[in-house]
Amino acid sequence: MSFLSQLINGLSVGSIYALIALGYTMVYGIAKMLNFAHGDVIMVGAYTIFTAVSMLGLDYWIAIILSVVFCTVLGIVIEKIAYKPLRKASPLTVLITAIGVSYLLQNIVLLIYGSHQRPFPKIISVKSIKIGENLVISGEAFFTMVITIVIMIILTLFIKNSKTGRAMVAVSEDKGAAELMGINVNRIISITFAIGSGLAAIAGLFFASTYGFIGPYSGAMPGIKAFIAAVLGGIGSIPGAMLGGILLGVVEGLSKAYISTELSDAIVFSILIVILLFKPSGLLGKNVTEKV
Amino acid sequence: MAMLKLENVEVCYGVIKAVKGVSLEVNQGEVVALIGANGAGKTTILHTITGLIPAKSGKIEFNGHNLLKTPAHKIVSMGMAHVPEGRRVFQGLTVLENLKLGAYTIKNKAQISESLERVYQRFPRLKERRNQIAGTLSGGEQQMLAMGRALMSSPKIILMDEPSMGLSPLLVNEIFDIIKEISSSGTTVLLVEQNAKKALSIANRAYVLGTGRITLEGNAQELLNNEAIKKAYLGE
Repeated sequence: MSFLSQLINGLSVGSIYALIALGYTMVYGIAKMLNFAHGDVIMVGAYTIFTAVSMLGLDYWIAIILSVVFCTVLGIVIEKIAYKPLRKASPLTVLITAIGVSYLLQNIVLLIYGSHQRPFPKIISVKSIKIGENLVISGEAFFTMVITIVIMIILTLFIKNSKTGRAMVAVSEDKGAAELMGINVNRIISITFAIGSGLAAIAGLFFASTYGFIGPYSGAMPGIKAFIAAVLGGIGSIPGAMLGGILLGVVEGLSKAYISTELSDAIVFSILIVILLFKPSGLLGKNVTEKV
Repeated sequence: MAMLKLENVEVCYGVIKAVKGVSLEVNQGEVVALIGANGAGKTTILHTITGLIPAKSGKIEFNGHNLLKTPAHKIVSMGMAHVPEGRRVFQGLTVLENLKLGAYTIKNKAQISESLERVYQRFPRLKERRNQIAGTLSGGEQQMLAMGRALMSSPKIILMDEPSMGLSPLLVNEIFDIIKEISSSGTTVLLVEQNAKKALSIANRAYVLGTGRITLEGNAQELLNNEAIKKAYLGE
């Protein structure tokens, strides 16, 4: 394969990471917590589609909508039950709870569907696109990138122009001042979890389609990589999550193609360490000075 | 009847009692100053009124509503706005976006643009800089923005916390002139200040707070001439 098609593969995987990273970064920006169960929401989303299509024989589009709705509700419920009571607890308590939620989701799926990998239905069937002599873009990769770009544009416009979007920015900057404006902070946090989890469902669809199989632990690796992408871009920054995700996908894709498949993860993680050594707040992160 | 009434309010940070049974009243149309040294509990009292900090005991009533049972985000629609200490404007948003957030609870668009016009009239500089990012404004401009943002909800009462903090003497005068204007246009003001002399000069009544307790209260003019006050707070 040519360099260009490797690059496009990387961009496609990177846009999946970016979608997941958006959930991490938005939740961090607004609730100031790392939701380590976010990766498992992706897996739940993929299983929802699997159940709807392969077991119930539903139409693809209905399955996708079902998955987005289910994950959105799941995100809101997780926040309400597990995180909201800990609003005033120490960050470590919340972090451990998030890890607990992650294991809970994995084990519920394990209990229902068993531990073996399931083939993921071929949902996205877009014809490959041939450009010039030797550049072929797979339909899936193309579709993934286009949808991701559309989602990012909508999300950016929503945050910039809607009243709720500006309330989200206000809450992420200063919760107390936001409350003084009459903004219901709990509602904004709920909306953020809903959006992040809805995006996770779409990421789940793309991720499972790319790899073809799903298992109860399928969400762990893309989850952790998307978290790295969010940190790389500057956690809390939305453009940062997009940039971080795409960068990570490209680096991973090119390492797999030109260096070594086994080493690709090691390379990705090393880059994170190096970047954080020189720019601890991430590529697009702001340097925050704690006020006392 | 008092518009805002605090009765025996106690507030704790962990085991430390920061406010030890404070009672005070603000009547409609008044400017009431709350003065006292650093750490006396002035800011804590304002935060307790608007619900950012819970009270341990006591009563806070605003126009007959029990504020201790009201979540912070519902207080602004009751007609109370709070200009917090340190301004706390939203640094990453523009001046206009900040002002619009001040009217977050108002659904009527015509009313919002009316309020916006009024704020622009009072603070022409905010109009000039409406598309500028708030974090790039000077301290005085940020103070004006914080006040303008609070006025966007057309409050009946406005709580101001150290509006003169960190400003040049010239700007301090300007800010106090604006507070007088806000008051004469019919808004009640509860003013927390370290600059006691300035605060007393524009207030009708004042309370003096010393480590969590009201130590003195009365007519602002009389307090200005009070020997103990002069010594402790006016530096004379």
